Amino acid sequence: MQFGIFTVGDVTPDPTNGRIPSEGDRIEAMVTIALKAEEIGLDVFATGEHHNPPFVPSSPTTMLGFIAARTQRLLLSTATTLITTNDPVKIAEDYAMLQHLAGGRVDLMLGRGNTGPVYPWFGQDIRNGIALAVENYALLRRLWREDVVDWKGRFRTPLESFTAVPRPLDGVPPFVWHGSIRSPEIAEQAAYYGDGFFANHIFWPKEHTQRMVGLYRQRFEHYGHGSADQAIVGLGGQVFMRKNSQDAVKEFRPYFDNAPVYGHGPSLEEFTSQTPLTVGSPQQVIDRTLTFREYAGDYQRQLFLVDHAGLPLKTVLEQMDMLGEEVVPVLRREFAALKPAHVPAAPTHESLRQAATVAS
Amino acid sequence: MTGRTLAVVSAGLRQPSSTRLLADRLTAAAVDELSSRGFTVTTSVVELRDHAHDITNHMLTGFPSPSLQSVLSSIVGADGLIAVSPIFTASVSGLFKSFADVLEDGSLAGKPVLIAATGGTARHSLALDHAMRPLMAYMRAVVMPTGVYAAPEDWSRSAPESSSAALNRRIHQAAAELAEEMARRESKPRVDPFELSTTFEDLLRGDSL
Repeated sequence: MQFGIFTVGDVTPDPTNGRIPSEGDRIEAMVTIALKAEEIGLDVFATGEHHNPPFVPSSPTTMLGFIAARTQRLLLSTATTLITTNDPVKIAEDYAMLQHLAGGRVDLMLGRGNTGPVYPWFGQDIRNGIALAVENYALLRRLWREDVVDWKGRFRTPLESFTAVPRPLDGVPPFVWHGSIRSPEIAEQAAYYGDGFFANHIFWPKEHTQRMVGLYRQRFEHYGHGSADQAIVGLGGQVFMRKNSQDAVKEFRPYFDNAPVYGHGPSLEEFTSQTPLTVGSPQQVIDRTLTFREYAGDYQRQLFLVDHAGLPLKTVLEQMDMLGEEVVPVLRREFAALKPAHVPAAPTHESLRQAATVAS
Repeated sequence: MTGRTLAVVSAGLRQPSSTRLLADRLTAAAVDELSSRGFTVTTSVVELRDHAHDITNHMLTGFPSPSLQSVLSSIVGADGLIAVSPIFTASVSGLFKSFADVLEDGSLAGKPVLIAATGGTARHSLALDHAMRPLMAYMRAVVMPTGVYAAPEDWSRSAPESSSAALNRRIHQAAAELAEEMARRESKPRVDPFELSTTFEDLLRGDSL
């Protein structure tokens, strides 16, 4: 099982002292968090992509390329890459380039983006969100798999004798996850191609995850990629820890109460019971995380959100130390012991390359 | 005997509430009308005040608490709805509008709805038709032609020309209209938002989008 960090890349004032990091501070903090992820033995770092304040990461492959140069082992990913408003040709090129630079340590998670105004800024319309995700990804797949592409669709200018360069590393396209909170069409898309499905699993009730993952697994089997329990599932999670759970609650509450997404709404207690958010001791995080497989099945990737809502970098790094030392080693052991042998691990460049060699 | 489910939403804030009082009278009249047509009626009454925090939280987080979810499900699944709001500042109450805002798209589509309101003066009675009726029309509800507005004098037996008798007439008129619409429609199963309504081949072809 892969464990990692995913970050939204928000610039949010620290509600306890009003301090607002500069964009440069935040970008640097994201890189520090990624390097820390490798240092503490995590497997994945995934960055969001946004094109509006208060977010900074508009150019994921620039950031991930920089991180790739400073890491050896860490798998670089996105959460999410906007398949609706990005040109699929540019995604094909950017991520193939990143693959080469990172020695294959790359996959990506596609999402639609839910910010209405972003669509027209890129010449699109949010009401076509699903249609854009379907058409753009169908083209992206061909660009990575066919050396010369002739193509015509609804949303982008046609292609005639087009070759996306560089070609994917070793002829193996990056593995793709499709992320969605509650659109069954996206679970269907992931299942159709036999790609991974990632349930955001933060800020929303677990029932959404359960329904979406259930649908994806059932359709994965329907399309003949394997049995339902062999489908490739990733989940998010949001945690805040201190040695004593009361300290965790006390310290996190002002960040919770003022958080951009859910602040000034439900209480911390309501939100932790209604969503997968866990605020408490490392043991509580371990216990809660182990329950995820009870409704999502045996899954392949667990990403944690630890750095939003204005938490200072120092605190975030302390959270990561606890993850690396106390939480993830136990989760690795426990999940491994529970997972049946026929459930595969998440595909990597190496496993896909070997599979391709065997197939040819 | 065939069954029908009737949901009742009351947005009154006080205790006791004239809005709830009107809701109860409408409910009793609608149940009578449906029973006389041979239906057994299951009613569920929601006081929005009990869910005021959860309604706000839903607006902020995008999802309902478990108790609000069961309220929403009972309304979506009902064969008919009686919606009663106080009139505040020339419109339905903010709480009522917030509740309407968190109902999922299509929740009331094709559903017979009886609209009713209370207010501090009879001069606000047109708010039913300039605020509540268009709101329900937008939600594609089938709104009954008779809306029921109750002003303070309507509760008084001593009022001249017994306006309470007139209120009673309107209640029975509206309840009969609602019962008629509920009686002639088959009970519909609710649509599951997580259900896949298309195949991927259709999505790829650009159909059904």
